[in-house]
Amino acid sequence: MSIDLKTIKHISKLSRISVDEKKAEKLAGDLNSIFDFIEKLNELKTDNVEPLTSIAETTLKLRLDEVKSKNLRDQVIKNSPKENEDYFVVPKVIE
Amino acid sequence: MSDITKHSLSELVENIKSKKLSSSEVTKAFVERSEKSKELNAYITEDYANALNKAKKFDEKPNLDLKLPGIPIAVKDLFCTKDLRTTAGSKILNNFIPTYESTVTQNIWNDGAILMGKLNCDEFAMGSSNETSFFGNVQNPINKNLVPGGSSGGSSSAVAAQLTPITIGTDTGGSIRQPASFTGTVGLKPTYGSCSRYGIVAFASSLDQAGPMAQNVKDCALLQEVISTYDEKDSTSIDFKRNEYSKELTKDIKGKKIGIPKEYRVDGMPKEIEDLWKKGIEYAKDCGAEIIDISLPHTNYALPTYYIVAPAEASSNLARYDGVKYGFRAEGDNLIDMYEKTRSEGFGAEVQRRIMIGTYVLSSGYYDAYYLKAQKVRKLIKNDFDDAYEKVDAILTPSTPSSAFKIGEKTNDPVSMYLNDIFTVPVNLAGLPGISIPAGHDAKGYPLGLQIIGKAFDEQNILNIAYAMEEKINFKNNITDWWIK
Repeated sequence: MSIDLKTIKHISKLSRISVDEKKAEKLAGDLNSIFDFIEKLNELKTDNVEPLTSIAETTLKLRLDEVKSKNLRDQVIKNSPKENEDYFVVPKVIE
Repeated sequence: MSDITKHSLSELVENIKSKKLSSSEVTKAFVERSEKSKELNAYITEDYANALNKAKKFDEKPNLDLKLPGIPIAVKDLFCTKDLRTTAGSKILNNFIPTYESTVTQNIWNDGAILMGKLNCDEFAMGSSNETSFFGNVQNPINKNLVPGGSSGGSSSAVAAQLTPITIGTDTGGSIRQPASFTGTVGLKPTYGSCSRYGIVAFASSLDQAGPMAQNVKDCALLQEVISTYDEKDSTSIDFKRNEYSKELTKDIKGKKIGIPKEYRVDGMPKEIEDLWKKGIEYAKDCGAEIIDISLPHTNYALPTYYIVAPAEASSNLARYDGVKYGFRAEGDNLIDMYEKTRSEGFGAEVQRRIMIGTYVLSSGYYDAYYLKAQKVRKLIKNDFDDAYEKVDAILTPSTPSSAFKIGEKTNDPVSMYLNDIFTVPVNLAGLPGISIPAGHDAKGYPLGLQIIGKAFDEQNILNIAYAMEEKINFKNNITDWWIK
């Protein structure tokens, strides 16, 4: 398998990470060597194996649905790079 | 008293309890040594003035019933600390000041400890040498220009150099045990679900665990006792009966069955690692343990599995860094452009690489071939351990395939860097506890570690084995303070 530049551009779009030509070439090289190494898994037959989806074999605990923390608005907004009153500010989305 | 920083945690606790030392004296000693040790670059954020104030307050009304009475501690910068900058070693969180505290750190403050500062680590804990940190390399106190391991590299360096008596790190694929091995210190990765993940910057949620790092096994047991609690704020925290690890610690491991997995004899393993392992087996026998050969047939598939599962989870966890709610923002022409520039400028190369791998293996058309396949192999790896534990109580392996390497030696080859974690990654995939203890030196005089892997929730047992072996090994770290002018 080989990851080409077109695929890198596609993944970068999905990842929301901008990538220029030079970086795309470097990433293609790195990802190909990593995937060569990952392909080793294909040696194993796993048709009848159940996937492991949770390492802790416990069921989730139930709890009462009650509000425990209140008035966190200031805390929530405190670290935002740009805000206006109680809102996060982002570049204009709708014309 | 310059000797204060040479004391182990247990000795410091004893001295404070018997009023031979005050918290202020102890804190001052560690702060002074940390200040003289800037060349190690172990700290990202120092909080010395607050630490000294807190120590003074503690001394005014000392509560000597606590387990860590007035003990100064620096922690890995992956734990959210209320009102103190938490960066995860990343530019994207360079200005992030949490408004809440992680459960694990809250536990140590509740037991009397005092925060000294935040320790350097690989960016988002992704690395094995601390070289991916936005805040620069960390020096290993063993030798100049040697990596301290990673991702808890600032933590291992700080404990080995005695800038903090103990510390907490996090371990997703070896990030506590590998740096402990590289610096001649002790590091425990607890069972998944033992320590709460609440307030820890997330990397790979099904693998991440916090754990103690210390100069010796006893200190490690004491810290584990404090940090391991059931926490309803973490839905994967497990409510099981926790031991009083330090009180129940014993060197009597007579008749314990210890397994030696043949698959850990990997191709190209240096002879000194093989010899160390053999020596370890002899030490375990001397302690009265019974040695049994076992097989973990899927060991070779653990790293490829990890490099699907961990990046997949990371790509999802790191989607939150979008320049909107907190952290770094790069301006863009529109919303999408802002996201893409923020993440491109805010994340370092290794983190971007892993997000891209994770996004790819989860993307339409590839999910079954990669992610589902990896989850199935993960099951096989866990089954291997379950089968082995029918026959043995614990497993003994080397911690790493080599001793610490030079800064810059492996940065251009991601796969060779990943191979560092070959002995530690299977333990995370199976959710088991593992401890690394220093066990010898290589020809260059650099420390080497042995790993003891336990059954789930059996921390007490591996701590006991480590405690018994530690006495036989009688390891001495060669640290010359070369960085202090």
